Amino acid sequence: MRFKILLIIFFLNLNINLHANELVEESKIHKNLRCLVCQGQSIADSNSDFALTLKMVVKDLIDQGKTEDEIYSFLSDKYGDWILYKPKINQGNLLLWGLPYLALIIGGVIIVFLIRKSSKKA
Amino acid sequence: MQKIIKSIIVFLFIFVLLVFYNSLNRETNYSTDYLVGNKLTNINLKSFDDNKIYTSEDIQKSRYTLINFWASWCAPCRIEHPYLMQLSKEKNLKILGVNFKDKKINASKFLNELGNPYYYMAKDTTGKQSVNFGIYGIPESILIDNETIVLKKFVGPLNKQNLNDIKEIINSL
Amino acid sequence: MLSNTGNFLLFINIFLSFLIIYNSFKCLKIKNNLIFKNIYQISLLQSTLVLICFFTLTAAFIVSDFSLITVYQNSHSLKPLFYKISGTWGNHEGSLLLWVIILTIFSFLFLIFNKNHSKSYRLYTLIIQNLLILGFLFFIIFNSNPFSSISPIPKEGLGLNPILQDPALAIHPPLLYIGFVGSSIYFSAAMASMISNYFGSLFAQSIKSWVLISWIFQTLGILVGSIWAYYELGWGGFWFWDPVENASLLPWFAMTALLHSLLVLEKRNMLYFWTIILCLMTFTLSVTGTFLVRSGILNSVHTFANDPSRGIYILIFLSLMIFASIYFLFSKYKPTNDLINSNSKETFVLINNWFMMFYLVTVLLGTLYPIFTDAISNNKISVGPPFYNSVIIPVVIVFLFFMAIGPQAKWIKNKFSNLRSTLSILSGAIIINFVIFYFLKSYSLISNLILISSLFLIMSSIFDFFKKSRLSFPRIISHLSFGFLILFIGLNHNFSVEKDFNLKLGEAKKIDNYEFALLDLKLSQENNYKAVVGKLEVNNSNTMKRRILYPEIRIYDNPQTLTYEASIQTSFLGDHYLTMSNIDRSEYYNIKFQHKPLMIWIWISVLLLSFGGFLSLFKNAKNN
Repeated sequence: MRFKILLIIFFLNLNINLHANELVEESKIHKNLRCLVCQGQSIADSNSDFALTLKMVVKDLIDQGKTEDEIYSFLSDKYGDWILYKPKINQGNLLLWGLPYLALIIGGVIIVFLIRKSSKKA
Repeated sequence: MQKIIKSIIVFLFIFVLLVFYNSLNRETNYSTDYLVGNKLTNINLKSFDDNKIYTSEDIQKSRYTLINFWASWCAPCRIEHPYLMQLSKEKNLKILGVNFKDKKINASKFLNELGNPYYYMAKDTTGKQSVNFGIYGIPESILIDNETIVLKKFVGPLNKQNLNDIKEIINSL
Repeated sequence: MLSNTGNFLLFINIFLSFLIIYNSFKCLKIKNNLIFKNIYQISLLQSTLVLICFFTLTAAFIVSDFSLITVYQNSHSLKPLFYKISGTWGNHEGSLLLWVIILTIFSFLFLIFNKNHSKSYRLYTLIIQNLLILGFLFFIIFNSNPFSSISPIPKEGLGLNPILQDPALAIHPPLLYIGFVGSSIYFSAAMASMISNYFGSLFAQSIKSWVLISWIFQTLGILVGSIWAYYELGWGGFWFWDPVENASLLPWFAMTALLHSLLVLEKRNMLYFWTIILCLMTFTLSVTGTFLVRSGILNSVHTFANDPSRGIYILIFLSLMIFASIYFLFSKYKPTNDLINSNSKETFVLINNWFMMFYLVTVLLGTLYPIFTDAISNNKISVGPPFYNSVIIPVVIVFLFFMAIGPQAKWIKNKFSNLRSTLSILSGAIIINFVIFYFLKSYSLISNLILISSLFLIMSSIFDFFKKSRLSFPRIISHLSFGFLILFIGLNHNFSVEKDFNLKLGEAKKIDNYEFALLDLKLSQENNYKAVVGKLEVNNSNTMKRRILYPEIRIYDNPQTLTYEASIQTSFLGDHYLTMSNIDRSEYYNIKFQHKPLMIWIWISVLLLSFGGFLSLFKNAKNN
């Protein structure tokens, strides 16, 4: 019974959520764009000339109905992948995105293996 | 099996250390080398003087075009200006000047004072167009051929060396 | 004069290190369990002289002796005394001297505090530690000598970068150094343990306090660094996943893993080789971090003056360390028969290590990957906060659940009798989250899970507190505060309000429930800078509160630098944070206003986290 209530509450949580996230978030995009003239800042954190220009362009692109990914690929065409703080998932970045999870899986396998081995001996 | 794992570990470390060594003398800052060889598309620049729009078609008329982003408030632009004046005399080259986030009066005054090297004059009052060219600070100049393919990109004021490089490219045929 | 004294002391120290190594080997040949008295004496002398050497440099900074290049480059006679002193370690050369101090003092203390451990183990630790000391002394003398003189003697120094003239940043390096340079002692001990075959729980006991000490200081160091970034960089964030920050986080992950696996080694005599690997890894990561930061192969916000010749030296040092470690590990490694039952404490310690390694791999990879893509495919990429957030945060949720359940397991074997109470705590956590979510503000699924899991950990820890004996008090404190840390970060993230707009003098603007007005701009002339101080009124129509904030734009004199000082009003409920910056060619000022709820509790949580470590250290000292 308690478990059911738990589940219901949980799905209620989910439901409300699904509505919150439909808009393309401008500030989220800003945080993913590196300010090229600054030292390791995103354009969200900077108000250099460059950051201000880029913010305007991002706004225009959103108004044109471009999706987040389209905006990123437009800008990385112009400025290279350096401008994106979240590297694209492509062949060159496969290890970057894959290795952490691979490490997680291998770690889990090792632990299960150790426990199995021990329980056989015991 | 153990031997294989051991050698993999050793090689991994050697590899990492070699990459570290190799990177010691590398430039870590942003560079625009990737842009060379790309084709510029969607060129759409408002004329400085009238309502004309410059597009790729205008640029394709000349064998080579140097797109120069400048402004009257930009001090390094003054430094590179004499080189632009020299380049304006080249036959194979036309210079497209894009006046960047500037006021028309100030820009005209700047050109009256130092001369006008530009065959085409365009303006980018908001700076938005510059993004299309991968510009992130001025002065910047892009040398393209008649298929709007980027041959070379210059960040910061042009210098003597750049001038010679440009001359060499445009006079190579 | 000071230059000669300093150089002389450096050479004496090299000599003393050799003397210690020589005597140690001599002592090893004698078959009894006594260590020569003179080894203690030389070791004490060495620590003392290194300290004197450091004070010599401090003295040079205080009296502004510009005949030393380091002082000339990093100080200025008009600088406040406090920053003259902190300037000693605020630069590359001086900070290396701080390295050596920590290496030698830890070496000496380890020697005298472990008298009941085997002689050969202690002596080998001493020898290896002194090899490390020698490495750094040579580095100092041949590459980064703080006592190098300059002639003709300049009349005035170049000054210290103004953003480094800050109390938090003055104490940040010493804290962090005690943390990650301190880890050298268990690097040496781990090597010694393999060489002298001194392993098992005795080894664990001998290094436990040292691991705790370094962990506490590393935690505090990271905390102070974040606080500094928060108010000084003026972006309102406190962690940017910047390479330099990551460099301090990597050893922390390894230390935290080590802290837990040591328990298993101590209590159950298992996981010996894994613990050794963690010991070696911690210091290796510290040196790697130093390499990355000092060689300048990474692009970072926290710019250090860097030059490749330093890089090459640290790289050689690092390679030697790595290959020596690998060599001993490979030659000494024997498969062990560790018996690990599921549901036992051992398993949960392993699970902790598992997650720590995941974080470590992720952060290490994210930090190094741009170097690799650039070197291999000439492609420059950036790896920033969105990457780390999207990879790490989902895993943190699972981690927090394990962290809550883990401590309830017993050593060796445990049966889950307390499934019921766990479930009721979990539903409690979900209900609280739901209340926050429903009545205050909606947020994303992942935020929901973060809040639920951190609440679950907090409640479980509190529950534990009333159930358990006092013995596990330090652990409960640390786990509890980690839960709080994640909870507050989660709440802070979801309930932050940020407004970004432009104002000119005398103008007012209304955005949502806030109204802002730029009332006044004042010029002020301070000791070492000029400033434009804005007076901003912020009215919140929801709470009917009126605040005045005073952000500054500062122009420092030596060297000339422009900085933006945030104006922050802190309370227990949250911070009001405002920065003002000028816009080129315009009379408008860009204003960034942020309301950051519960900010101060993030700092308090971390403080509490390290306090847990401190209690554990205390307990450990009492038991031995």
